[in-house]
Amino acid sequence: MKAIKTLALATAVSALAMAAQADTKIGMITTLSGGGAGLGVDVRDGFMLAIEKAGRDDIEVVIEDDQRKPETAVQLADQMIQSEKVDIMTGIIWSNLAMAVVPAATAQGVFYLSPNAGPSALAGKRCHENYFNVAWQNDNLHEAAGAYASAEGFKNTFILAPNYPAGKDALTGYKRMYKGDLAGEIYTKLGQTDYAAEIAQIRASGADSVFFFLPGGMGISFLKQYADSGVDLPVVGPAFSFDQGILQAVGAAALGVKNTSQWNKDLDNAANAEFVAGFQEKYGRLPSLYASQGYDTANLILSALEKADVSDKDAFRAALEAAEFASVRGEFKFGPNHHPIQNIYVREVIKEGEVFTNKIIATGLEMRGDAYAAECKM
Amino acid sequence: MSILLILEQVLNGLQFGVMLFLMAAGLTLVFGVMGLINLAHGALYMVGAFAAAAVAGLTGSFLLALVASLAAAAAAGAIVEVAVIRRLYDRDHLDQVLATFALILIFSEGTRWIFGSFPLFLDVPDYLSGPVSLPGGIEYPLYRLTIIAIGLVVAAALFWLIARTRIGIQIRAGEADREMIAALGVDISKLYTLVFALGAALAGLAGALVGAIQSVQVGMGEPVLILAFVVIVIGGIGSIKGALVGAVLVGLTDTLGKVFLPQFFGLFLEPASATSVGASLASMLIYILMALVLLVRPSGLYGGST
Repeated sequence: MKAIKTLALATAVSALAMAAQADTKIGMITTLSGGGAGLGVDVRDGFMLAIEKAGRDDIEVVIEDDQRKPETAVQLADQMIQSEKVDIMTGIIWSNLAMAVVPAATAQGVFYLSPNAGPSALAGKRCHENYFNVAWQNDNLHEAAGAYASAEGFKNTFILAPNYPAGKDALTGYKRMYKGDLAGEIYTKLGQTDYAAEIAQIRASGADSVFFFLPGGMGISFLKQYADSGVDLPVVGPAFSFDQGILQAVGAAALGVKNTSQWNKDLDNAANAEFVAGFQEKYGRLPSLYASQGYDTANLILSALEKADVSDKDAFRAALEAAEFASVRGEFKFGPNHHPIQNIYVREVIKEGEVFTNKIIATGLEMRGDAYAAECKM
Repeated sequence: MSILLILEQVLNGLQFGVMLFLMAAGLTLVFGVMGLINLAHGALYMVGAFAAAAVAGLTGSFLLALVASLAAAAAAGAIVEVAVIRRLYDRDHLDQVLATFALILIFSEGTRWIFGSFPLFLDVPDYLSGPVSLPGGIEYPLYRLTIIAIGLVVAAALFWLIARTRIGIQIRAGEADREMIAALGVDISKLYTLVFALGAALAGLAGALVGAIQSVQVGMGEPVLILAFVVIVIGGIGSIKGALVGAVLVGLTDTLGKVFLPQFFGLFLEPASATSVGASLASMLIYILMALVLLVRPSGLYGGST
């Protein structure tokens, strides 16, 4: 009995000691199981790579799996804020989950740094001083695709996206920068896997190019079926359907496709070279843009912690706003609504040895902010 | 809209329907013969696709991949039946739903554990890739034609199996009266395992065939499972014929609906809202069809009166 008491005491003391040691607690809620797990795994791995490199033992990261379910994410967030007492939260991949979690978290004084989702509402009317987006506003990559299509002289594009808020944002973003006509505009079912009917419509429409936003498995299905259909119009899309995680599953069907991204592994800067080499060494695979976003998010937090303690919220916020960290994207700064101002590049899918990957061929938009900053009153 | 485009869309609908039939056939047999609601049927579809992708990656042969998908899904089905499902026949439907839902989670996370979180690569073999010209000038992918052919052959074989063979007689008898057939000396538990494995093999084949033109990833089975349930409700539970007719109906309704509804609304709405409203209504169309069928024939098109 006495032995057990001593053990309990020892555990309690060591727990206290650990709590005393970790003065910054970061809560990460991301998708680690179910259909979209590849994205969450990449964000987590990129994030943890940066934290481990920094070698700071005063930072504790709590990681939880939201299973891509908004209600689970909300529960986890409550638990992290109320009982774990985290200072900073991050990790959410999907816009609908971000909308469910972020406003409540920032209202309770927690800093939230988004490594992926950038819904327009959080960039505009519902922006918050404690909310930072380290990836992009949702429209950005689509805007760059529209700009590229115009620059290439496409005059009659067929566009399609799933019928849900991010899909509508995508087509809106594309049309904002695209100057030509539309040969057709289709909203597909979210999660649809067969695109034979849409491809037949594309073939019959007389379009000169195709733009599509179909993230994850939907994009894999579309591209394979498109390549097999014999329609050979040029295809443009955002990076989400061409990231490192899914390119191998698409295979040769994606070769030559142009896609837009704020990052690529061949961006020539020291931080990126270190990141790409470090990620490959630690995890044995090439990093994706999601991994780069996780890595940048962690480095932004680390840079701010160098300057200010997280308990001094105003100083810490100012340190985040300054964004003085070596981003793997090269030049990076925050706009007035805490969303990135950055270059969006155009990449082409190529084959390097046995691996399908991307290379940068042009800059789609230079130092692009977002269309909603004016609506944000902080 | 030209006649050719409509014909091409009809082919697309037919191909989708035939694929649904492969899923629905096993589901309707298991439901009809054993009275079991098997939510894990989609997991067996996923097992087939992953087995095919793994074998195609190792050997490069698409035929071997198809064989592997049949074998892996049938084996997984038989193991699951003996280990779990067998205990559920006498329970009520809620217990069955709970247990088979647990199986979905186990299969999904098990697959992720073995193959990782990223989608696998499985492609159409060279000799089936690319489009062919059909009479009338339709350019149609050869692979999709092959799926239609395989589906129709499987359907014919199933009809033959059910109507003409001894096993078929036992299956039909088991459907009608399970105590009586047991009393006649048929080993009912072996029969159940066989039916379950057969249904699983068909689901696995569907997964492999479709995996080549879609993405082979964890959770790929569940959306198809929902459609397969719609098919067997429309067709009548337990009826292979009903499954075939229901599957083709659902395939055609879904495909033609999503093509023509937005254009129909485009006649009197502005383009942006027409596409949006049309797409939303199109995704409801098969459920509306199901409701209409149930209104007229409460036990489905070919459902028994029991």
